[in-house]
Amino acid sequence: MNKILLIIQREYLSRVKKKSFLVVTFLVPVLFMGMITLVAYLAVNQGGLGDKKRIEVVDESGWFAGKMQSTDNVQYSFADNYPKAKATFIKQDYDYLLYIPATVTNIQMFGEKTPSALNKSAIENTLTGIARSHRLADAHIDSTILASAQKEVSIDAKQITEKGEQDAHTDAAFAVGFACAFLIYLSLFLYGAQVMRGVIEEKVSRIIEVIISSVKPFQLMLGKIIGVGMVGLTQFILWIVLTMVLSTAAGTLMGGKNADSMQQMQTTGPGSKMNAATQAAANNNVSELLGSLSSLPVTQIVVCFLFYFLFGYLLYSALFAAVGSAVDNETETQQFMIPITLPLIFTFMIAQTVIINNPDSTLSITLSMIPFTAPIAMMIRIPFGVPPLQIAASMVFMVLGFLFTTWVAGRIYRVGILMYGKKASYKEIAKWFMYKE
Amino acid sequence: MISIRNIVKQYASHRALSDVSIEIESGKVFGLLGPNGAGKTSLIRIINQITGPDSGEILFNGEKLNQSHIDRIGYLPEERGLYKKMEIGEQIIYLAQLKGLTQQEAKQRAKKWFTKLGIESWWNKKIEELSKGMQQKAQFVATVIHEPELIILDEPFTGFDPVNAEIIKNEILELNRNGATIIFSTHRMESVEELCDSIALLNLSHKILDGKVKEIRNAYRTGTFTIAYEGEKITVDGGAPFTINSHYPIDGGYELQINLPAQTKVNDVLQYMLPRASITRLEEVIPTMNEIFIEAVGKGR
Repeated sequence: MNKILLIIQREYLSRVKKKSFLVVTFLVPVLFMGMITLVAYLAVNQGGLGDKKRIEVVDESGWFAGKMQSTDNVQYSFADNYPKAKATFIKQDYDYLLYIPATVTNIQMFGEKTPSALNKSAIENTLTGIARSHRLADAHIDSTILASAQKEVSIDAKQITEKGEQDAHTDAAFAVGFACAFLIYLSLFLYGAQVMRGVIEEKVSRIIEVIISSVKPFQLMLGKIIGVGMVGLTQFILWIVLTMVLSTAAGTLMGGKNADSMQQMQTTGPGSKMNAATQAAANNNVSELLGSLSSLPVTQIVVCFLFYFLFGYLLYSALFAAVGSAVDNETETQQFMIPITLPLIFTFMIAQTVIINNPDSTLSITLSMIPFTAPIAMMIRIPFGVPPLQIAASMVFMVLGFLFTTWVAGRIYRVGILMYGKKASYKEIAKWFMYKE
Repeated sequence: MISIRNIVKQYASHRALSDVSIEIESGKVFGLLGPNGAGKTSLIRIINQITGPDSGEILFNGEKLNQSHIDRIGYLPEERGLYKKMEIGEQIIYLAQLKGLTQQEAKQRAKKWFTKLGIESWWNKKIEELSKGMQQKAQFVATVIHEPELIILDEPFTGFDPVNAEIIKNEILELNRNGATIIFSTHRMESVEELCDSIALLNLSHKILDGKVKEIRNAYRTGTFTIAYEGEKITVDGGAPFTINSHYPIDGGYELQINLPAQTKVNDVLQYMLPRASITRLEEVIPTMNEIFIEAVGKGR
């Protein structure tokens, strides 16, 4: 037992002390925040990044003059004489010429270049809005009546539980479940591969023989798995803390600015299709989504996340260790990796479609019971609410699965690590598994 | 110290050890010899409890070999290796702790060994920055730092230049004088004659020869003698009590290699030779371990 602790300590410290660990640990949150900032910036300044388009409008209907507001993206100026405007267009400085006949049909836009979809739809929306209110006014219909008639219907999902009625937050559940599953998916690969590399390193450098003359191979394997797992945990905690610190800092720095640009984004982006009513609803949705995050079964999610993260990692890293023991270098791992990574990739793909859309289907339940797929499948389901009995069953299977794979992996590992320069095949590995102690 | 009794080890396609029994006396240097693939490494791994035998047993000081003996054995494998990215001092301490030393003990002893072998200035270097000889020295320290009762050395001199090989040899002998039993696996027969008290020779999974080095060499004597004399070449006639193997000139005289029939004494040879030549040297040719090795293994083929 004492020796396992020593191994864990070495595996942990030798990785945490590496420069690359520090670089990755501190760089990832910075890059992550940078990426988010960049995406947000691009989304907000979508139009701003392009040049301002200058549009000459010839309005023969008289509906639009003075009502078309210039924005960051487009600047309108009006002309009277269509043939003259058209004739001089090439020489002039305008990007586009917009011709509105008196009938307000068959509106045409000329330009040296084809207008972007964004610009075209923005102009269409502006024209539609103005034309609609003009026609409504002609028909003596109050536009406020129309707005109330056009109001969209939305469903407020509620869950009935023994504790009573509570809000169900499908969107939030969706986001949280997906995020958790993605993190588990990522970390299984990340740290599982680290375990595998560690095993190969020991085998290639031949230190393995010295070590297993002091400890049992199983102890070494377990120590390595736990040590790397703790590295993963440390890294994750640091990432979360750093990301929170960075985002709080960023939030305070550009707090006011953000709100402005949010507003801007909705008026200038493709979102400008929305009328005032849906815009308000969208704003509502955002705050509702944020608010509803806290109303999810947070404790349950956190506990389950840690459980499935831990046991998923333990289960898979044991298999990764077995693969590492069977090969002499990393390039040979490919053929053995496929059966390990396939269930993960399969579940993750299924998770994004089938499970997330129908978390209570038989397929979803089955996948969340099989230890190889449960860490991802169950994490998608948890935020939607899973009967405690199912969670308990899944966890029991998970622990059993972990014990089983570790046992299998240990049997392959103890022989594999001593086989130098032997090209392993599945048949060979099966033979190793059958060897007596 | 170690009683190896009827050990059998079968791998899927070949037999590594067939019914091998060896006694290794306490406080001696024991040579485990054999050509490549004879089963030496398999036997060493079984003694180290890295693998187990299919049948047979090993006694360590009379007790059946078990986990408690691991810390009392030091093993230097033929395939050397240390963590490349780890600092050498730290690494020795880690390996010593795995053998049951406390951190302080390990550090203290490692420092002492490093000074003794003249590598103390390398304490904080990573293994990959060291020369091969340095790595070997470090690994030797890791093998003996926990003062094991039994030290198993698989080809300990490979990778050392003659100077360092001599240093390591003297360290091994000193450890032996201080009471450690040493199992020494090698192909270099001259070092066997120099170091080993007893040997066992394995070939094709079988033990084909074992015993004290002196006795084995005596047993392999063929009654061959070398006589050197000064002056002109003599003619050996039919009255000689021996047969001639070879007769060739050397510096200042000739050397005669002869075979004595079983009952003939060396004195008879001298009696015959003395009137004929001025003898400068007469010695029995005792076969070297190298010759014995080649002969014994060759017979098995």
